[in-house]
Formats: sequence, C-alpha cells, structure tokens
Amino acid sequence: MIADKYAEEIEGILARFPHKKSAVLPLMHLAQREYGYMSEDAMREVAGILDLDPTHVLSLAGFYSLFHEEPTGKYVLEICNDLACALRGADEFVEMVCRKLDIPLGGTTEDGLFTVKGVMCLGACDRAPMLQYNLKFAEHLDEEKFDNLIAYLREEAASGEEPPSVVEKIAAYAKK
Amino acid sequence: MAHILLRHRDVENIHKLDVYRANGGYEGLKKALTEMTPAEVIDVVRASGLRGRGGAGFPTGIKWGFIPKDAEEVYILINTDESETGTFKDRELSEKNPHQVIEGAIIAAYAVGAKRIYNYFRGEFMDAGYAMEEAVQECYANGLLGENILGTDFSCDFVCHYGAGAYICGEETALIKSLEGERGQPWSKPPFPAIEGLYSKPTVVNNTETMANVPQILVNGAEWYTSMGTEKSTGPKIVCMSGHVENPGNYEVIMGTTYRELIEMAGGMRDGKAFKALLPSGGSGPVITADALDAPLTYEGLDAHNSVMGSASVIVMDETTDMVWAAQKMIHFFHHESCGKCTPCREGTFWMEKVLHRLMNGQGTEKDIETLNSVAAQMKGRTLCALGEFAINPVLSTIRLFPEEYKAKVKNSQSEDWEKALATQ
Ligand SMILES: Cc1cc2nc3c(=O)[nH]c(=O)nc-3n(C[C@H](O)[C@H](O)[C@H](O)COP(=O)(O)O)c2cc1C
Ligand code: SF4
Ligand code: FES
Repeated sequence: MIADKYAEEIEGILARFPHKKSAVLPLMHLAQREYGYMSEDAMREVAGILDLDPTHVLSLAGFYSLFHEEPTGKYVLEICNDLACALRGADEFVEMVCRKLDIPLGGTTEDGLFTVKGVMCLGACDRAPMLQYNLKFAEHLDEEKFDNLIAYLREEAASGEEPPSVVEKIAAYAKK
Repeated sequence: MAHILLRHRDVENIHKLDVYRANGGYEGLKKALTEMTPAEVIDVVRASGLRGRGGAGFPTGIKWGFIPKDAEEVYILINTDESETGTFKDRELSEKNPHQVIEGAIIAAYAVGAKRIYNYFRGEFMDAGYAMEEAVQECYANGLLGENILGTDFSCDFVCHYGAGAYICGEETALIKSLEGERGQPWSKPPFPAIEGLYSKPTVVNNTETMANVPQILVNGAEWYTSMGTEKSTGPKIVCMSGHVENPGNYEVIMGTTYRELIEMAGGMRDGKAFKALLPSGGSGPVITADALDAPLTYEGLDAHNSVMGSASVIVMDETTDMVWAAQKMIHFFHHESCGKCTPCREGTFWMEKVLHRLMNGQGTEKDIETLNSVAAQMKGRTLCALGEFAINPVLSTIRLFPEEYKAKVKNSQSEDWEKALATQ
C-alpha cells in the first residue's frame, strides 16, 4: 500500500495543492513505482486516497503515455525514434536493440527484465541516439554503450539492490 | 560574448545559490521588492519588448497586465512541458541554471500578486525537476521563498509538478487541466487563463526561458534589453540545433542572427554534406529551404517564407533526407499526440499518417496527394487548439517545396491527377 509506505510523502504532496485532485499524477507516479504498472488495485488505491472515482484514474492512465496499463519488464527502455533523433541514427539504433534483446518493438524479454518502446521526443535530440529507462537518461549511445548499459542493469537486477528512483527522490522532497 | 541565459556555461556551479548570488543573482528580485511597485515591474517588462519564448511570442508585460488588479487568488504557471520535437532548451535551463528561472517567476508573482508558483515539468524531466527542487529548497532556507521574502511583506510558494507524457499538456489550457488532475485537453478560449485559469482563478502561464529573461531586465533596465535584437524581437534567444549539423546543441544568440549563421555556429553541415531543408520550429512550423537561410531569427523573420520562428527548435536536414519520410515522422508525432477532443484533428492526423505511410511503403496511389490536401483543408481553422494547425504544416510545406519527391513515391506518377493536385498547392 503506498498509503502506508509513503504516508509522509503523500501528506506533503497533498499539502502542495488547494484541491487534492491535483495530486493525482504524483500519486500515480508513486503507485506505478510501487507496483510496476497501473494495476487495477493501484488505480483503486490512488482513487481511494483522493476520493476519486476509480474510472477517472483509469482514464488518466489511458491518456498519459508514461503510465503502463499492462505489466512491463523491470526496465522499460523508451527509445526516442522521433524525427530529430532519427536523423542521427535512431531507427537503426532501435533495430539494433531489438535484434540484441531478441524482441520486437513493444516486446519484453523472456527474463522479464527489459521492455523496449519507441517514443516521441524526449528533449535530448542533441544527444541521439538516446533512451530513457525508468525516467533516467542514457544519451550519445552506440552499440558498445548500449551493451554496457544492459550489463549494468542486469547486474543491478541480480544484486537486488536498487538505488532510489527519481520518483521517490522527488516525493521525498514533498516531506520537507 | 557572455551568456545572458545559459550562464552556467560561463560561471561554474551557478546552480548553487551562493554562486548565483555572488554573480548578481536575486538582485533583480531585490530591486523589484524593495524599490518598485508591481505596476512598475510590469511597465519595465513591457518596455523591454520581451515576448514569450514558448512559441507564440505574446508580449510578456502585456500578458501580466491582463491579470485583474483586485484578484485575491492568482497563480503563476511555469511551462516546462517542453515536448516539441527538437526542443531541449528548458531542460538545460532547469538543470543548470534553475535559480534564474525561479527568480524570474518570483518577480512575475510579485508583479501580478500571485502567492503560489507551479512549475509544470513533463514527466520525463524528473531529473531536471530534481535539480530545480534542490534550488527551491535553498531558496526556502534563505528567505527567498516562503513567508516575507527578503524581509519584505511579500510571500510566495513554489511547487514543482510533473506531468506523465503528453505533448498537448504544453498548450496552456491543457496544462491547467492537467494540473487540476484532469486529462490534459485544451478548452476553447475565451475564457483566457489571465481571467479564468488554474482553479478558475487568474493565471499567468509563461515558458521557462521567458522567466529566465526577467531578472536581468529588472537589473539592467528595458533599454539594455531593447538594445539587443530588432524592433519587434528583442533580447537573447536560445536556439536548439539538431539533425544533420556537426555539433547539435543549444546556442544562445541575439535575435536577428540568421539561420545560416546558426548552422555555422553548430559546426556546419555534418560530414560536409549539402544543406537541403530545415524545420525552424520543431515539427510544428513549415519547412524552409536554402533561399530562406539568410532570414533573421526573429518572430517576423520567416513571414516571407511562410514559416515561423516558434520556439526556435531548428531541425536541419541534408541532401540525403527523404522529405516524405520526414513528413511521415512528423505526422506520426501529431497523430500520436492529438488529444482526441475534436474530430478534425483526431481524424485528420489519423488519415494523413495512413496516407503517408502508404506512400512510404510504395503502395501510394495517384490520388494520395489530393487526399492529403483535402484532409489538411478540412482541418485548417477548424480545430480547437493550435496542434491541429501545427500538424498540417510539415505535410503541406513538403508537398509545396518537394513535389517531385512525392511524385517519385508513386509509380506512373506523370498522370494528370498528380499535376492537378500539385498545382493546387
Ligand atoms: C500543442 C501545443 C504545445 C505547446 N507546448 C508548449 C511547451 O511545451 N512549452 C511552452 O512553453 N509552451 C508551449 N505551448 C505554448 C503555450 O500554449 C503558451 O502559449 C506558452 O506557454 C505561453 O508562455 P510564453 O508566453 O512565455 O511563451 C504549446 C502550445 C500548443 C498549441
Ligand atoms: S486540435 Fe487536436 S490536440 Fe487540440 S484540442 Fe483538438 S484534438 Fe486536441
Ligand atoms: S527527437 Fe529524440 S529526443 Fe528529441
């Protein structure tokens, strides 16, 4: 339950708005961080905290592309293949990634670690090819750097020790 | 020349409050709070000629002046949604020079009587947001935010907020809806946010870069600012250079710099290839070709070339670029990002993407260009927000400037239908 785990954070987030409905996206970010995707339970929980109809949270999950309505791999690799990046090799990069991970675009690796998505501009067009994994930027990529990133993430996953995500770090600020 | 906006490139660690202050930071705020009335602040900003850097170029001082003087609850919204293809300036400002944005916003709050500032970041910018949150905390700890700022009776809060992936939330009314916890879908103006904005209260929405311009206008005066640029386009501008240039990145220039000079600043064309075309305003402005390269980067500079400066996200394309492919990429973006509220945009972007896809796959027919033209005509002037207008720009402008490339996509392309369709452009 995020209501318990992040009680202070949530209190801080709610205090930032005169109307608590405004806290819905921050809470959805926290819920997705906790459950990996916007499961029905996650949506119900967010709705419960804010006294919203769960269908409202559902409609937001559908509207905003950062929310996953289905389970994903542990790391979602969101590769920008929008125009400015594509002019600097993003389409070829996507192909390379899919070949290496042996999955189609949108697919998830068998070990459940990686999902690969093609996304629109991420505000890093001068550093193409690039991607975001769980909201972190990886830029100026090539095959070697991609291999290193994957190796690093596999290790991180195997160690079971994960650094706090930026979602949590930001939520922690709301406590102050 | 020293930077006015990207000051972190000249001053190391300017993201830290003590460094920012040691280099003149918060002097603009101090002057505003201790020596000027809110009306005088608005007057200086108006006299500086500062216009919005978010794309539309609305005069900032005039916008602030629209806020009713007797309003009790007023909000400032900083627009850091930055999701236009090819745009990455607000991210750099937020990460590297956050105090300048915060200072500008507090000055704006004082000018219009706002007690709370929200900074809306696109969800993907949490890293940049985190840098700004740290700066905000420093401000609270040092009497620059919160109660009685700098010992005066002015008080103001600053909250960073995060979207969740939706380009349309950069449109100001959609941004407000999103911040209210709704789907980010625009409403038809009026009412304008200055009268009925966030929580139906008067609200100023300004781009991140716009805010960063404000502090030094207060310190150095309007004349200093108008001495840069042209009559209608004053001051500095950050230009995002991307695509086929040698050194893509942000470049801060004085308004009036030409597009040719910008390409040179970015190291020229990559691998010495020849220039073919550029998108001056990310995906949302019409394409321009070599004949427009000597046009100045100003709000009005591309009028003669049927295009716009917009947010100055310059996507450069060399001779190897397939322009139908580029148009398809852009329409894919707009179709993906259409919020679906109005039919012409929702359906129009769907059809244009379908047709361009077909053309790219070698399954195009002679009728396709006609279809594109007629779909665009049905969208023009009929959409609720500007996204619908943006979407047709890359398509129509590439048809106009590169008809032969469209023709080449279709076998047997010399037929009369084609000539007719192209002639209507
Ligand atoms: C589809 C669409 C997307 C927009 N995206 C942004 C954006 O990401 N950032 C921004 O500052 N303005 C964006 N705008 C413009 C805003 O509506 C608004 O004009 C601007 O934030 C006002 O600030 P300014 O006057 O300081 O430029 C967008 C407009 C439209 C129609
Ligand atoms: S023009 Fe497009 S993005 Fe704008 S309101 Fe209509 S459907 Fe939504
Ligand atoms: S186009 Fe890929 S980050 Fe902008």
